[in-house]
Amino acid sequence: MKLYLHQLRVEQLVYWRSREAAVFTFIFPLLLFVLLGSVYSGRIYGVPASQALLAALLAYGCAMVAFAGLAITLTLRREQAILKRLRATPLSPVVYISSVLTSTLLVFAAETVALFLLGRVVFGTPFPARVGSVILLVVLGAVCFAAMGVGLSGLIRSGEGSSAVVNLIVLPMAFLTGAFGPTHHYPRFLRAIGDVLPLKYLVDLSNAIYLHKHSFWSQGTSIGVLAAWGVAGVAVAAFKFRWEPRET
Amino acid sequence: MTAISVRGLRKAYGPLEAVRGVDFDIEEGEVFGLLGPNGAGKTTTVEILEGYRSRDAGEVSVLGHDPQRPGRSFRERIGVVLQQAQLWPNLTVRETHSAFAGYYARPRDVDEVIELVGLTEKRDARVKTLSGGQKRRLDLGVALVGDPDLVFLDEPTTGFDPAARRAAWEMIRSLRSLGKTVLLTTHYLDEAEQLADRVAVMREGRIVRIGTPRELTTGGSEVEIRYHLDGEEVLLRTSEPTRELHRLTSEALARGEELDRLEVRRPTLEEVYLALMDEQSE
Repeated sequence: MKLYLHQLRVEQLVYWRSREAAVFTFIFPLLLFVLLGSVYSGRIYGVPASQALLAALLAYGCAMVAFAGLAITLTLRREQAILKRLRATPLSPVVYISSVLTSTLLVFAAETVALFLLGRVVFGTPFPARVGSVILLVVLGAVCFAAMGVGLSGLIRSGEGSSAVVNLIVLPMAFLTGAFGPTHHYPRFLRAIGDVLPLKYLVDLSNAIYLHKHSFWSQGTSIGVLAAWGVAGVAVAAFKFRWEPRET
Repeated sequence: MTAISVRGLRKAYGPLEAVRGVDFDIEEGEVFGLLGPNGAGKTTTVEILEGYRSRDAGEVSVLGHDPQRPGRSFRERIGVVLQQAQLWPNLTVRETHSAFAGYYARPRDVDEVIELVGLTEKRDARVKTLSGGQKRRLDLGVALVGDPDLVFLDEPTTGFDPAARRAAWEMIRSLRSLGKTVLLTTHYLDEAEQLADRVAVMREGRIVRIGTPRELTTGGSEVEIRYHLDGEEVLLRTSEPTRELHRLTSEALARGEELDRLEVRRPTLEEVYLALMDEQSE
């Protein structure tokens, strides 16, 4: 437990110190919120556009922090042999992975709070009516997308290529699943692709909880699909995750 | 006390036999050098001892543990400097040491370790701003911060300029004075000669010679005398070159002959090493 808290502190320090990672994964969704919120006006899904964007970008933030961020940093740390070096210390793999996941969850929780504060200050969006459900959403989203991020890092070969590969996945996924705005005017085949991607179900869940004030537990389909993707991430991670650089 | 004991160690990667039956012992407090060209099996051997790799055959004991099942108590007692490992680029030297200190039950004082590796002036500098030599010192610092009994150094000075190498050597010597057991791999002869109490020369997965650097230079004090007699080269190895030369030259003078192409020389460790490398390549 002491080791876990120690490593959690180290992970937090490493995350916030790395300006590239923090800007790319933490600031970017906030920036997009302000930009898109200034561009879109009127109503989306029967609510003010800024609220709909807030719900959508909350899901996007999860994809950035938990999925993109973890996939890139874990790949880099593997290729730089930082993971290999840590393996030689008394820090166990289980404690290490748990503290990395907790650290990711903390960052996404901070992102969520920042989004609601920013929305309130800039666009006058309300705070969520169902705080408990938002917390459950944050936890489920962080865990599932982090599992997929760890799995993806096992599939990426080189450290330099990692952010290109990850962007190639996250950006189209965000467009196709409504994380940047509604997709109902998209061609049907694009929407069909979006319908199988995990981010779609986090956007749905976020909309349901924040915009329509439904409870977390009433959204069985979204929870189920997200959990299935999370399990798939764990399965890939179990087979493909490595502690040592690829070239050795 | 024996810190490391290796018997009949073997390891293959697919069809490639990296280690083909290696035996050696390292005593506590000893600085032991594994010397050999790239691909000789040094790193594979060391990574088996560090607990990174499984072995195919053989008996291995490291501080009384089987490194194939590296438990926490094993990790507590070893320090590792890998060939190419980096550390978090955005943490400072001190934060990096503190992070590693937190992994161990009884760490050394962080500032003391930073001073030991000569990074006191850089303690608040970020890791990414350090020079190559300073980064290696950081590697050594985090390897020592857990106060290990045994330190593995895998090619600690590869790619260093001469001044940085000297500094690294001084530091490795200071490990000996701390009473640490050190296993060092290198492909530099002079490094093994300068630092190691004993050296094992590896080639193609086997140890071809083992002993003190002095023992490796053909018994230490032997000198080679060469000359030609009736067109044939005569080679004498002697530990009494004065007496032997006197005998040869007086005999030659008495016969009124010249000792054709007379040469007296001491083989360097380099020649011994190169000869070892050649004679094995059958």
